[in-house]
Amino acid sequence: MNIHEYQAKQIFAKYGVPIPKGKMIERFKDARAAALEIGGNIWAVKAQIHAGGRGKGGGVKLAKSLDEVEKYASEILGMTLVTHQTGPAGKVVKKVYIEGGVNIKKEFYLGMVLDRAQEMPVMMASTEGGVEIEKVAAEMPEKIIKVAIDPLIGFRSFHARQLAFGLNLSKPQVKEFTLFASALYNAYKENDANLVEINPLVLTADDRFIALDGKMGFDDNALFRNPEIAAMKDLDEEEPAELEAAKYDLNYVKLDGDVGCMVNGAGLAMSTMDIIKHEGGEPANFLDVGGGASAETVAKGFEIILKDPNVKAIFVNIFGGIVRCDRIANGIIEATKVANVDIPVIVRLDGTNAAEASDILRNANIKNIITAIDFADGARKAVNAVKGVTK
Amino acid sequence: MSILVNKNSKVLVQGFTGKEATFHSEQCIAYGTNIVGGVTPGKGGQIHLGKPVFNTMEEAVQKTGADVSLILVPPAFAADAIMEAVSAGIEVIVCITEGIPVNDVMIAKKLAEKTGAVLIGPNCPGIITSEEAKIGILPGFVFKKGSIGLISKSGTLTYEMANQVVKAGLGISTAVGIGGDPIIGTTFIDLLKLFRDDPETEAVVMIGEIGGDLEIQAAEYIKENFSKPVVAFIAGQTAPKGKRMGHAGAIIAGSKGTAQEKIQALKFAGVAVAENPAVVGKTIKKILEKK
Repeated sequence: MNIHEYQAKQIFAKYGVPIPKGKMIERFKDARAAALEIGGNIWAVKAQIHAGGRGKGGGVKLAKSLDEVEKYASEILGMTLVTHQTGPAGKVVKKVYIEGGVNIKKEFYLGMVLDRAQEMPVMMASTEGGVEIEKVAAEMPEKIIKVAIDPLIGFRSFHARQLAFGLNLSKPQVKEFTLFASALYNAYKENDANLVEINPLVLTADDRFIALDGKMGFDDNALFRNPEIAAMKDLDEEEPAELEAAKYDLNYVKLDGDVGCMVNGAGLAMSTMDIIKHEGGEPANFLDVGGGASAETVAKGFEIILKDPNVKAIFVNIFGGIVRCDRIANGIIEATKVANVDIPVIVRLDGTNAAEASDILRNANIKNIITAIDFADGARKAVNAVKGVTK
Repeated sequence: MSILVNKNSKVLVQGFTGKEATFHSEQCIAYGTNIVGGVTPGKGGQIHLGKPVFNTMEEAVQKTGADVSLILVPPAFAADAIMEAVSAGIEVIVCITEGIPVNDVMIAKKLAEKTGAVLIGPNCPGIITSEEAKIGILPGFVFKKGSIGLISKSGTLTYEMANQVVKAGLGISTAVGIGGDPIIGTTFIDLLKLFRDDPETEAVVMIGEIGGDLEIQAAEYIKENFSKPVVAFIAGQTAPKGKRMGHAGAIIAGSKGTAQEKIQALKFAGVAVAENPAVVGKTIKKILEKK
């Protein structure tokens, strides 16, 4: 789960990670009051969306007067912001964060992420702050200093020193940095984050560190014990069909193709997308109805797939292990009636009671249900069905 | 022979009396697995499915001499269950539970490594040695005895692949679902080492997916150390970047963990990578015929 910059900064503040004064607003009318409350004579007006590259897309403006704060807030609120991370459709900005200006001496990068290869979190720092860190990693990997943090030991001063001396900080700066990094580690660990990024981390004219930006991501599996984090979820940032699916414990990801897929199990679901592509089609979605698919989840699955107007055929690919295929077959017949499915449904059921399932589907004699003998046959028939429809 | 478990393995079920655990324990017993008891805190002294229930793993191991455990407890308690099994001296711990916080798994795995216990999973279907023992939720009937070792990150895709292997006229020695979480106990390499030394296993099918780099590590290992034929398939060739595809670990982060880079590494290591998931059985058959 991801959150906005202003929310990450709320968390930072709670753990003693220094941030500039700021306020989130949703109406441009509130901009002037927010800026007055923050004080000073220069403010940043920042679009709040879950994507990087906001500045380049015109979503971050520096205001030098209260009039400018209001002007920029009214321009940014409601704009469709397109960045390299939003996709071409962009995202509509509904929230703006107004932040007091900071006297910048130098910009750094500081981040922390779960390193899957080392199986522990890694803190990373770089003198190349304020630029895309992916670019630094690709072009000047030696400019990124990393320390792995064994969870059994936790974050220690030596970890911080290793980073700080790597950044060529002066002795008093090292001390400041150590406090900053320890606080950041606590914010990461205590909330089951899997990512935190500060880019840029700013060294101010008076040698203090302050988080000018903030990004955090969290382990979905741990949200049950972090209710404050779970409550930060912004539903505007989520695909509505994915939210709907999640309510029923289904995993749905919308894609751009026209062959709808309903599969039990994540690996089989990904493979089903792959084979559709291999047969010359384009998958419309990833949908895992769970290893133990039931008639009910299948019905819900149809409903969710059919919300996508691009879908021209549906490939149901179920391997019945513990679940019985005959039950799924009955579920499919029932569901196609209830959900009013009028496009071709290609059904491949294999595993427990597959033969009975095949008989049930054939005897039901429903015009748009096409049975397949195996995985490849099903994918081929689904792709052909779409081609027939689009002709 | 086979790897990790066989008909003599003595198995305890953690979370034994729960609804799901009861169902799957019955299925395991029906398959022939030697389940010697289980643990549900607070229900010690009861008999469940004809087997004794204990309050703690320590007592259960002491009384039964069990060496394998099957964990079927909810995610909030699963890491604790793994650590309890490790502390009780269990040698092979199979954790089926999906949805455990990664920070918990990280610590549980470190503890298992300290004692040398083998942790399989979490978020996996378990392990099966064909026609001997099944420890997990896999459908037993799919797995006919044979000479192919199977390692997979996914559940139903494991059954699909085993089914293809059997339909090609071959069979499975041991199949292990290693799980789809960002951090898992036993990896491809750990199992390749065991399959290398197992005379019953002639060839290996490995099924990977997007996310992480375990398949790339495996490719490097195979290139230097593994001479038995390997057929691989990597799921998620059409998956978009930055989106979690069902499994907590199945996500392309930035440009890392794509199917394409894994396929390339495996091909470079001499692995036969099936270009689509429907031809894995046929591919392994062809390779063994040539031998």
